[in-house]
Amino acid sequence: MAKTDDDIIVCRCEDVTLGEIRRAIAEGATTIDEIRRITRAGMGPCQGRTCRQLIASELARKTGKPVAEVWPSTVRPPMKPITMGSLAKIGEEGEE
Amino acid sequence: MRGTADAVVIGGGVIGASTAYNLLKLGMRDVVLCEKSTFCSGSTGRCGAGVREQWGSKGNCLLAKAAIDRFEQLADELNYPHDLEFKQKGYLMLAHTEKEWDQFQKNVELQNSVGINARLCTPEEARQIVPALNTEGMLGATFNARDGHANPFHVTRAYLTAAERLGADINYFTEVTGIEVSGGKVKSVITDKGVIETPLVINAAGPWAKPVGEMVGVNLPLYTQRHQILVTEPVGWLLDPMVMSFSIGIYCQQTPHGSLVMGIGDPQEPKGYDIGHSWQFLQEMCRIMTGLLPVLKDVRVVRQWSGLYTMTPDAHPILGGVPGLDGYLQAVGFSGHGFMLAPVVGEIMAEMAMGRDTCLDVRNLDAGRFERGEYNVEPSVV
Ligand SMILES: Cc1cc2nc3c(=O)[nH]c(=O)nc-3n(C[C@H](O)[C@H](O)[C@H](O)COP(=O)(O)OP(=O)(O)OC[C@H]3O[C@@H](n4cnc5c(N)ncnc54)[C@H](O)[C@@H]3O)c2cc1C
Ligand code: FES
Repeated sequence: MAKTDDDIIVCRCEDVTLGEIRRAIAEGATTIDEIRRITRAGMGPCQGRTCRQLIASELARKTGKPVAEVWPSTVRPPMKPITMGSLAKIGEEGEE
Repeated sequence: MRGTADAVVIGGGVIGASTAYNLLKLGMRDVVLCEKSTFCSGSTGRCGAGVREQWGSKGNCLLAKAAIDRFEQLADELNYPHDLEFKQKGYLMLAHTEKEWDQFQKNVELQNSVGINARLCTPEEARQIVPALNTEGMLGATFNARDGHANPFHVTRAYLTAAERLGADINYFTEVTGIEVSGGKVKSVITDKGVIETPLVINAAGPWAKPVGEMVGVNLPLYTQRHQILVTEPVGWLLDPMVMSFSIGIYCQQTPHGSLVMGIGDPQEPKGYDIGHSWQFLQEMCRIMTGLLPVLKDVRVVRQWSGLYTMTPDAHPILGGVPGLDGYLQAVGFSGHGFMLAPVVGEIMAEMAMGRDTCLDVRNLDAGRFERGEYNVEPSVV
């Protein structure tokens, strides 16, 4: 059970709390990419689809910038996690 | 941003960060760092972050060994609030061809002669180190327990925050657009945020070191090349060391976080600044790795990306100044292994800047070696 705001899990994939996000901002992070590099928030299997918006609004609130200005972070493929076994076979199937 | 400085460092990757910190540590007062984006936006934030002493040239062996000495002390020295995730679980280098196995025997002899405790392993011994390894077709391996990896974001940021504590002026989103030289001396650095008067500039611009060199009329023999890499979901323990093969051209490690990071060096990759990612890489990487480590079949890939290697003709970095130009130093061309060398390279750059003797003799790593023909190519790179 969350005791304070700081205990709220913002990034469920990487288990990062609001407190950790706030600490990164207090340490000087001003963009989503910087927060991601410091805390891993947004690097999980969902690629930040769940948490990015929450981080952006916290960043906007703390830095006083509009959400649009806190830098959209990069979303990288694959869009959904796929096993290495199935990825390895794709070429073989293509050659048939 | 300050208008004057004792030194301006160009680049907020791990090399620029370590250099800025070491300048202040050695007593330089007014250090300014300019980074055109934010920290770790170049190669550093995209790298595999492996750290190894197992090299095929004496120069790389000595640099890497000195760097690991420093990595072992780094968390204490930089007093940083996060874990640097520096773990020494070794590197296991696989040999699948006779040529490679011959090279490994020479490498281990060289490494042992400079105090690096790498050893040759039979395929059986390799499997004791990595039980999941498929040793079919393998002739042998080498192992060095002191090798490992660290978190590149945290290492870089640890240097930057320590430098700031000592008084550095760190400027993000500040691009250097020119360097003013007059009478053979550096006078100032021109940025999109203003001009900084300085007698000394250090080029640590990674893949953009060549255009920065051109600002002072230095033509660096560098080219950039894309290297692709991927990361899996975190899974339970699978392997301790980094597993690497030069003939297959791969590396794979499990991070403390449980995810596996792996990449390929593709000899066909064209030179240039492309950092797109390809479907072919995903397929090829997974085909090779599920062959070498069959347990990976059920592990899911979470993300792929790519970054640039900045190559020199001999796969050794270029360190130092250039004749006839006062106040310009460069630490460039790391050829895919700049992360691991950063702690010692930053120190060497600071020693050069302060006119001191350097902790290692790197005079043979000057830019002039290529024209003189005095260089040997490092054989052990992916
Ligand atoms: C896929 C991959 C895997 C790798 N694996 C490893 C590994 O396992 N171990 C290892 O040791 N190395 C590895 N490397 C190599 C390593 O990433 C680099 O050697 C190292 O990061 C170089 O650091 P740097 O600070 O010189 O460059 P960078 O990190 O690229 O930093 C240079 C910085 O300079 C800035 N800049 C450039 N021009 C200007 C300008 N005009 N004004 C202001 N700023 C400017 C850039 O924005 C950039 O942030 C790997 C590289 C890749 C791509
Ligand atoms: S919730 Fe943050 S990466 Fe998925």
